[in-house]
Amino acid sequence: MDDARISRGGLSPRLWLAGGWLLIALLAAIFAPLVAPQDPLAQDLMLERLPPFWLDGAEPGYWLGTDSLGRDLLSRLIFGGRIAFIVAFAAATSACLLGSALGLIAGYFGGWADRIISRVVDVWMAFPPVLFAILLVAVLGTGLSSVILAIAIIDWTRFCRVIRAEAMSQARMDYVESARIAGYGRIGIMLREVLPNVLPSVVALLSLEMGIAVIVEAILSFVNLSISTDDPTWGSIIAEGRLSIHQAWWVLVFPLITLILTVLSFSQFGEALKARFDPVLR
Amino acid sequence: MSACLDIRGLSAVLPNGQRVLRSVSLTVQPGEVRALVGESGAGKTMIGKAVLGVLPKSVRIVEGEMLIEGEDLGRLDAKARRTLIGARTALIPQDPLTALNPSRRIGAQMTDRLVRILGWSGERADTRIRQLLDEVQIRDPERVLKSYPHELSGGMRQRVLIAAAFAAEPRLIVADEPTTALDVTVQKQILRLIAQLQRDHGTAILFVTHDLGVVAKISQKVSVLYAGKVVEEAETTQLFDAPQHPYTRALIAATPRYTDPYASLKPVDEAVLAGLSAEIAAADQDWRPGHG
Repeated sequence: MDDARISRGGLSPRLWLAGGWLLIALLAAIFAPLVAPQDPLAQDLMLERLPPFWLDGAEPGYWLGTDSLGRDLLSRLIFGGRIAFIVAFAAATSACLLGSALGLIAGYFGGWADRIISRVVDVWMAFPPVLFAILLVAVLGTGLSSVILAIAIIDWTRFCRVIRAEAMSQARMDYVESARIAGYGRIGIMLREVLPNVLPSVVALLSLEMGIAVIVEAILSFVNLSISTDDPTWGSIIAEGRLSIHQAWWVLVFPLITLILTVLSFSQFGEALKARFDPVLR
Repeated sequence: MSACLDIRGLSAVLPNGQRVLRSVSLTVQPGEVRALVGESGAGKTMIGKAVLGVLPKSVRIVEGEMLIEGEDLGRLDAKARRTLIGARTALIPQDPLTALNPSRRIGAQMTDRLVRILGWSGERADTRIRQLLDEVQIRDPERVLKSYPHELSGGMRQRVLIAAAFAAEPRLIVADEPTTALDVTVQKQILRLIAQLQRDHGTAILFVTHDLGVVAKISQKVSVLYAGKVVEEAETTQLFDAPQHPYTRALIAATPRYTDPYASLKPVDEAVLAGLSAEIAAADQDWRPGHG
């Protein structure tokens, strides 16, 4: 038991590394105007394609170098993080609420509710998600709220399917039967007996979904469908970096590393949280 | 005085029309332990579930009545039936590992029912639960109440479930093979506890089991079930002294004995099973739903 506690619980390096990165990235995003060394939008053609600090020709104050318009890469990454985190939290939470609620209803009540919800999920998942997202944003118009809405509309099915399956297996448990015998109503049983037992999965999925939302937002801004303003996003920085890969590799590599670390951290953090939330694993 | 539980001619079918209960009749008088014995698949658990109103959706009751303290469950609407079952019955389940909600503390689970269903005050429920934990010989109620189910052993969990079943003073408890999932050494203690609490509280129990040894220890009356049909019912002593039905005789003969531990196990005789099949086929021939 103690071994399990150490490997799964609070002391796991996985949780610390993932949580640490997310915390740093989140704080940097929140306090971007204070933290960012330069103005992310300030162009200076005298400073174009400066290399990162450890290479010859680097300028102090431009730690990760500059892009082809002379804008500071680190500052742009920090400001891009704001949009990434807003999208991650808002979109993942919306998808989670919608999907988990429907999944819980489908799994616990079964019958017609399940049939209808499951068929909708099947139809939904027949669309390729990224194309669906591009289509939705094209219809809804670009902008932060459209991106959030598009991701939520597409990805609620992830929650729905997993939570439905979990709720179904919970609904067959003896303690649910005991609650029925005792005279609890169906909604009461769903909320008191079933929901707490699917919560660890909800939390893990939510964190994973935040990572996915970050990727989808990056893809949308990569194809120029995310935020229409000049605000930097990780996807748009990657798109620009791709064009100058032979002259300034860092403009592509640093946002990619940032993106990968963030997505990876979200998923690892989710797994670790699941282990902490689950009383049996705790 | 009306029986605590009175089942009259209960038949149930699966969607394919196969009968799973064949005109089952049995009564449990107040304060009495009625054992319901039979092999797996005989429909013992099904009867328990029918009484408690938690039959699987696929099983349909086609005829018969179930009365709890003289109130016909079939005549009540769904809500009144739930209320009646919730207030007057309780279940001691088979598997203590899945019968407690893993994500809630024992104390919350135990008091919850008293507070929410019976409308007791939190304080009263708490006192009651502690009293019952004491009766099931749990020495450190503080720790147990704060524990999550996985932190307790199987035997402890079954004690908790027994305490929970008796806490609301039900008139009837359905005990569905409550010792089957436990270690042999723990089984005996648990059985003794159930018997003790049953005597102290005067609760009627419908005790579902496949173990004749358990039947002999705990019950006053027995119904022997085969393929959803009651083939014999008798006082427990009478059943062991002078079993009437060949199947009962075969079951008793099949029970391993300490006096001759090396004797090979005797399965139920082919001829007896053939006789039973014929008996059931004959019963099915005359039977039409609603006219049986």
